[in-house]
Amino acid sequence: MNENDVKFIEDSFKKYYFNHFELIHVPERTAEREFGFQKFNSGMTRHISIKDDKELHLLLMKNIPSDVYCSNAYYSFPNLPMNEKDWKEADLIFDIDAKDLNLNCRSNHTVSICNDCKTISNKQIQWKKCNSTKLEEKSLTCKNCIEKSKLEVKKLFEILIEDFAIDKNDIHIYFSGNEGFHVYVYNSQFQKLGSRERSELADYILFNGVIPETFGMKKFKPNRALFPNFDERGWRGRFAKDVFDSKSKRSKIISELITNGYSSFQKKLEDVSTRIGVKIDPNVTMDIHRIFRLPGSINSKSGLTKIYCKNITKFDPFLEASFLNEDTIEIIADCPIEFKLKNKKFGPYDNEKVTVPTYAAAYMICKKLASIS
Amino acid sequence: MLALGQDEIAKYPFLADAGQYLKEQGFTLEQFGTDPDLIPLIEKAYNRIYAACEGDPQSYKSDIIENQASNTASLPREVFSFLLSIVLLKLTGIPTLAKRFALNEAMRAEAFLEKDLKNISTDSNELPIKIIEDLFSIKVKKHNDFFVISVSDYIKHSIHFHEREWKLINRHVEDGFVFLTPHQTVRLVRKELGTFITSKILTGKKPSMISGFEKFVNNLISYSKKFSISIVDSGEYPPCIKHAIEILEKGENLPHSGRFMLATFLLSKGRLVQQIAPLFKNAPDYNEKTTLYQLNHLAGTSGSGTQYSCPSCEKLKTQNLCFIIPECNNIISPLQFGKKKN
Repeated sequence: MNENDVKFIEDSFKKYYFNHFELIHVPERTAEREFGFQKFNSGMTRHISIKDDKELHLLLMKNIPSDVYCSNAYYSFPNLPMNEKDWKEADLIFDIDAKDLNLNCRSNHTVSICNDCKTISNKQIQWKKCNSTKLEEKSLTCKNCIEKSKLEVKKLFEILIEDFAIDKNDIHIYFSGNEGFHVYVYNSQFQKLGSRERSELADYILFNGVIPETFGMKKFKPNRALFPNFDERGWRGRFAKDVFDSKSKRSKIISELITNGYSSFQKKLEDVSTRIGVKIDPNVTMDIHRIFRLPGSINSKSGLTKIYCKNITKFDPFLEASFLNEDTIEIIADCPIEFKLKNKKFGPYDNEKVTVPTYAAAYMICKKLASIS
Repeated sequence: MLALGQDEIAKYPFLADAGQYLKEQGFTLEQFGTDPDLIPLIEKAYNRIYAACEGDPQSYKSDIIENQASNTASLPREVFSFLLSIVLLKLTGIPTLAKRFALNEAMRAEAFLEKDLKNISTDSNELPIKIIEDLFSIKVKKHNDFFVISVSDYIKHSIHFHEREWKLINRHVEDGFVFLTPHQTVRLVRKELGTFITSKILTGKKPSMISGFEKFVNNLISYSKKFSISIVDSGEYPPCIKHAIEILEKGENLPHSGRFMLATFLLSKGRLVQQIAPLFKNAPDYNEKTTLYQLNHLAGTSGSGTQYSCPSCEKLKTQNLCFIIPECNNIISPLQFGKKKN
């Protein structure tokens, strides 16, 4: 990002932070958390300890970070180097990102930016200026991406409550500020689990590593009575609902499954997994030392805010997560994809000078699809 | 320490305080090496170790029949043979024998524990449940024909298993609990039971040689040579590593977890940071300074000094970085690929 762009974005972020302190709070047990931040065109500063909201707001105003993070872990000494922090426990966290959902719409709103010749291309426009392989992909998230991500969040919510007995008040859902959602689980039996144990939880939620026997299919002499019923809890019940569709079809489908044999059942499980497994990013869940984007802070990949979702069904990030101001600014936009923010449509722009509100300019600059003119 | 009945000490001798037990029975260790009436007990202990290390527990003549001590004299014989086995193993000082013995004792105890669990009522104070709670900090509740334990307790122990049936996804999970049969419940703690027994053998100082024990100790030392192995490494890379290198060669993006795997693997194989760095040159976001910084961090030559190890196959499966082939041959870490025992 060039100097003018950085200055513009920093100014708009600063205004946001100054005007919206009510949205940016330190999490509970603040003194046990590690904080970190990044500035544009610079590395990460971490191992920071913060006392309260006031200190956090001061840090934001002083440094105007591009991104702010806070640990899901609790430490005795959060400001010391990693191996001296004395890890105590960590909240369980999940990241659901539209880019991991293999959605058909992705190619319609994803562009490739060549890091060498800076040409921007999408499905329609192909670049030919250089032979570089250093391509960076940028997606302008669409409504479908958000709706499909919400479905994953709802599937996760059900498993957390039904299978793991988590109190729904201990599950907090946030829009990530870009293409998905972050889910936090507090006060659970999993607080003290290490990384390996959490990867096992991630596999459970992803429906990874499942064997046919779990659903009643045996290699030799399969027994109809072992197949799951509709009213069963956990994965067996969810499998029954997905595969048998209705109670009346159960018997017929079990006969088919047995006739098709064990290896066909294994393939069936892979197919079922794509529908009923929750597409979380396992690397996030198994990380017990992560500094995770701070709720209320801006995501520099988009200029949108990581915001709490009171009602996930109704939540509209293009309306509810865009907080930068309305002041207009002239930019050169090379954004081949149309997008909508705060109920206003923008683009497509073909390397042209346009005057747009700050929130839309920041969105495009953060996506590397525009520059201050 | 748990309060144990007569039969229970014979079934679970590792729960008894050895010194205390000998004292209560009015014996000293020296007597076992010199008293002709007691020498058969060392032979019994020797046989117990031998049978365990051979993986042939049936060849050891136990005095416990049908889950009960066969007669009053059999109880002390059974306990003495266990305690003397520990003394012999301490004097021998060979960890392989201790571990083999401990695993076999754990499996033996597991069989008793399973039978005892099947017979309990819903009383959580019964010995099998107390053993699991006290030794392994797992809260177990009986629920109809099943035993239920919390998901977090289950995972802490199940991650030591490599068989897929132990993965949480293949268990009945409901309301924060995992439902297990008596067999699965005790199987879950086998490894820890083995570790507990091993710690009983390996901790504490080695006693000085006791007269009459030498022959048995020397026999065990010669016998242990059978277990020494040499390993041949084919030098070929596992498929996960080959795949990561291919992705980088094509200039495609390898996720952070894949880069971590590749770098830690090569570092463990003795490659230098300067040799590894060029591999990342084609990455879309390549930056020489950052790459060197991160590699040095992983190698432990900068930062905290911690040298990071290569992730296990299980972790790589979760991260979608595993591309298993038959030659992987049940390895649990990419570093084991291509290694053969001779």
